[in-house]
Amino acid sequence: MSPLMVLFALAKIVVILLVLLTVVAYAVWFERKLLAHMQCRWGPTRVGPHGLLQPLADAIKLLTKEDLTPSEVFPLVYLLAPFLSLVTALLAFAVIPFGPETRVGGMDLFQIADLDIGVLFILSVSSMGVYGIALAGWSSNSKYSLLGGLRSSAQMISYELAIGLSIIGVLLLTGSLSLRAIVENQAGAYWGFLPRWNIIPQFAGFVCFLVAAIAETNRLPFDLPEAETELVAGYHTEYSSMKFGMFFMAEYANMVTASCLATLLFFGGWHGPVFGPAILQALLPLLWFSLKVLFFLFLYVWIRATLPRFRYDQLMAFGWKFLVPLALGNLVVTSLVLAIRWS
Amino acid sequence: MPNTYFQNYLVILLMLGVVVLLAGGMIVLSYLLGQHRPSRVKLSPYECGMVPTGDARQRFSVKFYLVAMVFILFDVEIVFLYPWAVIFHELRMFGFLEMLLFLLLVGAGFAYLWKMGVLDWTGSDTGGPAGGTGGSPAGGRAGGPE
Repeated sequence: MSPLMVLFALAKIVVILLVLLTVVAYAVWFERKLLAHMQCRWGPTRVGPHGLLQPLADAIKLLTKEDLTPSEVFPLVYLLAPFLSLVTALLAFAVIPFGPETRVGGMDLFQIADLDIGVLFILSVSSMGVYGIALAGWSSNSKYSLLGGLRSSAQMISYELAIGLSIIGVLLLTGSLSLRAIVENQAGAYWGFLPRWNIIPQFAGFVCFLVAAIAETNRLPFDLPEAETELVAGYHTEYSSMKFGMFFMAEYANMVTASCLATLLFFGGWHGPVFGPAILQALLPLLWFSLKVLFFLFLYVWIRATLPRFRYDQLMAFGWKFLVPLALGNLVVTSLVLAIRWS
Repeated sequence: MPNTYFQNYLVILLMLGVVVLLAGGMIVLSYLLGQHRPSRVKLSPYECGMVPTGDARQRFSVKFYLVAMVFILFDVEIVFLYPWAVIFHELRMFGFLEMLLFLLLVGAGFAYLWKMGVLDWTGSDTGGPAGGTGGSPAGGRAGGPE
C-alpha cells in the first residue's frame, strides 16, 4: 500500500465517520421531534429553526458538564466501558457499502473496506459491544447499574442467536458473506416488476432479524436494560458528561448500523429505479440507500411511540421460545427448497 | 489477490486507529472541559437520594450464567452453520440432510433445555437453585417489587 493510498483511505474514513456522526446526532433530533409529534407535542424548538441546532447544543452541554468518577467505581474499567462501546459501534461501520462499486484510483468510494466476510465482521464487532455494557454495569458498583448490565448482557446474547440464525437464510440464497455480493445478488426483478429483494423469499427471516435487531440495540419495546421506571438509567446510571454521551452515541450508531444491515440484507441495498443523466445515475443509488435506512430509523421511533415495554420474562421467553425456533424453521425450509431447486 | 486481501484489513486497522483516537479524545476533552467540584455525597453511588445500603456486588440469579452457557453452545452451532450456508449451492441435498441431522441433535438439546425450564424466568425455579439465597433482587422477576 503506497503512502498516497493510505492517505486516501484515511480521508475516506474521516469523511464517512463525519457523516455517520452527523447522522447519529440528527437521529437523536429526529427521534425527539418525531416522538413529540406522535404525542401531540412540539419537541425541541428553541435552538435554531425547528430545533435543528439542538444536537450541537447537546454536544457542547455534554462536553462541559461535570466529569464525575464516583468513589466506589473500579476506575480503569469504568473508563474503558464507554470507550469500548463507542469504538465497537463505530468500527462495525467499516464494511457497510453505501452504493455500487465506484473506483477512483484503485479505491472504492462508497465503502471503507470490502471484506469477503463482511457479515461475520459486523456480527463479531457488534457483539463485542456487550462487553462495554457488562463492564459498565459491573464497574459502576451501583445496584441499578449492575442489574441493568446483567439484564442487558443476557438479553443481547440471547437475541444475538436469533440475529445469527436469521441471516443464514440470506447466506443460503447468496452463497457469500460479502455484503456487496449479497446486495448485487438482489438486483433485477421477479416477473419484471417485483424487486428481487431478499425480503420476499426470506420474510420470516426478515421479521426475525428486525425484532432481534431492535432487541440487540436495546431499543423499546426491549429497553429493559435502561427501563427508567425501575432501573433509573440501567448500566449508565453512574456515568456523567461525555462518558454518558458516548453510550448514547454508541446506541444510536448501533441503530444506524442495524438499519443499514437490514437494508443491505433484505431490502436490496442501493437498488432502485435509476434514470436520467450520468450524474443522477451515479447519485440515485445513494439516495435509495439513504431512504431505506431512514425508513428503518423511522420504524424504530414509530415502534417506540406505539408499543409498551416488555416484561423481562416475556422478553427472554420471546427470544428463546419464539424467535430461535422460528429462525431455525426458516433455515430448514429455505435450505430444503433450495436443495430441491438446485438438484 | 493476496495484496488487496491484506490491504482491506490494513484499512480496517486504520479505521480502528481513527475510532480509538476519536473515543479517547472525547474522554480527554470531557475531562479537560468539564468542571471538577466533587463532594462526598456527589461521589456516592446513586440510590434515589437515599444513603446507599450495602455493597452492590451481591449475589445475583444463577439464571444469567445459565443463559450465557446456553448461548455459547448455540453460538458454536451457528459457527458451524455459516460455512455450510456459504457453500450450500455445491452441497445441495447431501448438505441439507447432513445439516438436518445436526440440527435434530441440537434441537433435541434445545427441547431438553426447554423442558427443564432453563428458558423460564417466572415462578418457581425448576432449572436449578436459581435466585440465590440472599433475597437478591437481580433475578429479573417481572412484577416483583424490585
